[in-house]
Formats: sequence, structure tokens, C-alpha cells
Amino acid sequence: MKRIEYFITQTATYQFARIIRAQTFDFFETFGRMAIRFIEVLKYILTGQFSYKHIMEQSAHFAIDSLPITLTIVSMTSIILAVQIAPEMVKQGGGNFIGGLLAIVTVREMGTIMTGFAIISMIGSSMASEIATMKVTDQVSAMKVLHVSPIKYLFVPRIIAGALMMPLIATVSSTVGVFCGGFVSSLTSPEVTGLCFINSVKLGLYNRDIGIMLLKASCFGAAIAHISSSCGYDAEGGAKSVGIATTKAVVWSFIAIVIIDYIFALIFYF
Amino acid sequence: MTVKIENLTKKFGDKVILNNISFTVNTGEILAIVGFSGSGKSTVLKLITGLLEADSGTITTDKHGEIAMVFQYSALFDSLNVFDNITFALQERKEFKGKYSEEQLKEMVAQKLETVGLKNIEEKFPYELSGGMQKRVSFARAIMTEPTLILYDEPTAGLDPVASTIIEDYIVRLRNETHSTAIVVTHQLSTIKRCADRVIMLYHGDIVFTGTPEELESMATPYTKQFMEASVEGPMQINVSDF
Repeated sequence: MKRIEYFITQTATYQFARIIRAQTFDFFETFGRMAIRFIEVLKYILTGQFSYKHIMEQSAHFAIDSLPITLTIVSMTSIILAVQIAPEMVKQGGGNFIGGLLAIVTVREMGTIMTGFAIISMIGSSMASEIATMKVTDQVSAMKVLHVSPIKYLFVPRIIAGALMMPLIATVSSTVGVFCGGFVSSLTSPEVTGLCFINSVKLGLYNRDIGIMLLKASCFGAAIAHISSSCGYDAEGGAKSVGIATTKAVVWSFIAIVIIDYIFALIFYF
Repeated sequence: MTVKIENLTKKFGDKVILNNISFTVNTGEILAIVGFSGSGKSTVLKLITGLLEADSGTITTDKHGEIAMVFQYSALFDSLNVFDNITFALQERKEFKGKYSEEQLKEMVAQKLETVGLKNIEEKFPYELSGGMQKRVSFARAIMTEPTLILYDEPTAGLDPVASTIIEDYIVRLRNETHSTAIVVTHQLSTIKRCADRVIMLYHGDIVFTGTPEELESMATPYTKQFMEASVEGPMQINVSDF
């Protein structure tokens, strides 16, 4: 009987099932911990237990540090879109609609999601590794012994900063992105003038789109900050766990913002 | 503060770390907890501070008071300077917020730094300090809230002999000046001799010796003999994989 059991455990199917089971448990465990911490974060926010000084510090970190890379990514995405779309649309007589199309794509989708990706790689990973390092070097334990809640001190300012700063970054980067796209489009044909482009943007874009973009960006910012902080907080052991926490934060944040994006699309555009 | 530990048990998975141990630390006493690596010494401190929860048993104190802990590698907040590290609890805790002005805080920090033999380093960051200085700053941070019980987790780990002696003297000095109780987890004989009033030795989660530093040095039991001679031969089986 033991021999049979041994052979079963050595099969690829068994090993695969074992890994899937472990991954599933890990997923639900991580998700559960994040949910519990988020409830605690909400408790602190709703009862006004946060420090403006820390929020300002985190906001500066969130916005200033990430702006160059965000602007580059969103502008380049818009330029690439313009390069591909503008000549085709001009060929088919739709040169007047390039601005509107580019603005809709950038404001509704590309600007926010690309900003999200840039923030994850720049800020989310840094948050996760910073908190993970604090965890493995006993700084979080020291905080607890001093009766200061790590959730209140580490999570709350980052989440508020994320929720407040992300719409700002998304707005700046989307605006710059649309104008960069416009500039490149105007190079493709003399038909696409600056005025024509701006008029098309005005016609294509509604205030509602901008409102949804701001709300979505705010959710992205809060989600990235919370997930990154939470993954960092789960680190245990040494340097290896800091790396694992950072990778986990990036992967989870990517998945989270895509899911949030899908939910927004379902609610507002379906 | 008197700390009474009764029937304390802690397991990590199937591994028993503390096995139904009981002891008392009297007010003003410095108790050293010794034992080989993995014997559960640091776990006792983590249970007292509430960083870990016991599986069973109780930890009681005779009065409500502040408990402070000095960590093995100082655990200073590396993004904050010395001033913010030392005043961390006073700046962040609800009950202290607004209680002290900036000037008062500066005065208090200077005073605490002086207690641990340091001055004019308020603006420096932890990475700018030596290991011994970091340790002393963590002492200053620990005594800022005037604790009645101070826990030291291997306070001389990683320090040279002279820095160790300075730290050991500060442990005794802090106890004398603040009239606090102290528990020191250590491997170092000099720390036991210079600081401890009483010693307990842990082995595989059990207390195998309780006595004074002199009794430990007299090597009257097989456990104390093995510990003092740092021998691999004796009743305490050393698992090489634990190191």
C-alpha cells in the first residue's frame, strides 16, 4: 500500500495538483490578510486617525518620483497610437476625428492604465521593499512594542497619498499624452491642424469620461498602495523574502488594476 | 514591575519552543536568560511584549506600566533621524500627541542621549552611526516613555568587547536610574557577570537552571558545566542544523 502511495505522490499530475493547491491556499490567505488590513485602514481613515505630515511626505514621493517615467510611458503610448492611427484615418477621410479618438483612448483607458503600470513599477515596488525590509529588520516589531500601529503609520498615509495623487498624475500624463499624440498626428498630414485636433478632442471627450478617469485613477492609487504595503508587510525572514514580497506586490497590483479597470468598464461603459 | 510567568507554552507547528515554563522577575531585578541558539530565549521576550501569542499559560504584571524592548540589531527606523527615532512614540501615540512642545522634546532627547553617553547626534541617521552608537540610541528610544520593564534581546551582539562593556554598564545604570526591571537575553558571559542579579537557562523549551551568576560560574550542574565550558559534550544535545 505504501509503495502505491509513493508512486502516486511521484506522478507529475500529483505534483501539479499539489502546487495548484498550495498556490490556491496562498492566494486566499494573501487576499484575506489584505481584506482584514483594508478594514483596519478604513477604520483609521474614517475616524480621522492619520497624520497630514506623513500624507504630504508620501504624496511627494508618489507624485514627484513617478512623474518623469509616467509622462514618458503615457506620451510614448499616445505617440505610437497616433503614428499608427493618423495615417489610416487621413487616408479614409477621417482626419477630423483623430483628436477625439486619441483623447477617448488615452483618457478612458491607456492614460490611466499606463500610469498605473508605471506607478506599480516605480512606487509600488519601492513601497513593498521598504516595508518588507522594515519587517525583516525588526523595525515593525519595534513599532508595535512602542504601541504605534504599523497599519496606521505605514499603510494609511500611503493609501491616502495614492488615492489623492494618482488622479493628478493620470490627468497630467493623459493631457501631455494627448498633446504629444496631436503633435505627431499633425506631422502626418497638413489636413490635421492643431485647431482641428483640439476641436475633435472637445467633441469626442465628455466631462463624464474625465470624471470616471479621476475616480478610476484614485482607486488604482489606493489599490497599488494597499497591495504593495500589504505584500511588504507579509515578508518574513531575510533578503530573499524582501525580493519575494516585491515581486508579489508587482504581480498582485498588475492583476488588481486590470480587474478594477474591467469593473469600471462594466459599470460605466457596458 | 514584577513579572510573573506561569506555565507558558509556545509551539511553532510541531516544534515546542517553550514547554510549560514558569518564573518570576522581581521589581528592580535584572534577570538574564541564557541558553544555546534555538532554545526559546527571544520567544520569551516576544511573548512578554505581545509580539507573539502564547499557546497556553499566563504572563502577569503587578501594575500597568510601559514595557520597552531593545532589539538585537537596534531596529532603529532607518528613514528617520536620531531625534525622530527617539521621540517616535511621543510623536505618534495618541496619548502623547501635543503633550510636549518641540523645545521640550529637544530637551528630553538631549537628556536621554546624555544618559547613554551621546550628544549632538540628533540630526544623524542610523546608517551614519556605529553599531555601539545605534545600540545606545535604541536604549534612549526605549527609555523615552519611562518604562518599568526593559527587555534586551542580545544587547551586545555584534559589538566589540569594549563596546559590549559600555552597553553592559548602561544596562545596570538604566536600571539604577529608572528603577526599572530588566530581562536580558544573552549568550555572553561578561553580560551575565556584569549585569545579572539572577540567571535562568533554557534548553529545548525547559528551564534547566535557575540561580545567581556565581552559581552558574560554579558549574555545579551538568548543564551549567557544559554552558560555561562551551562544550558540545553534555546533557544539552547540539543539533548542528540549528546553527
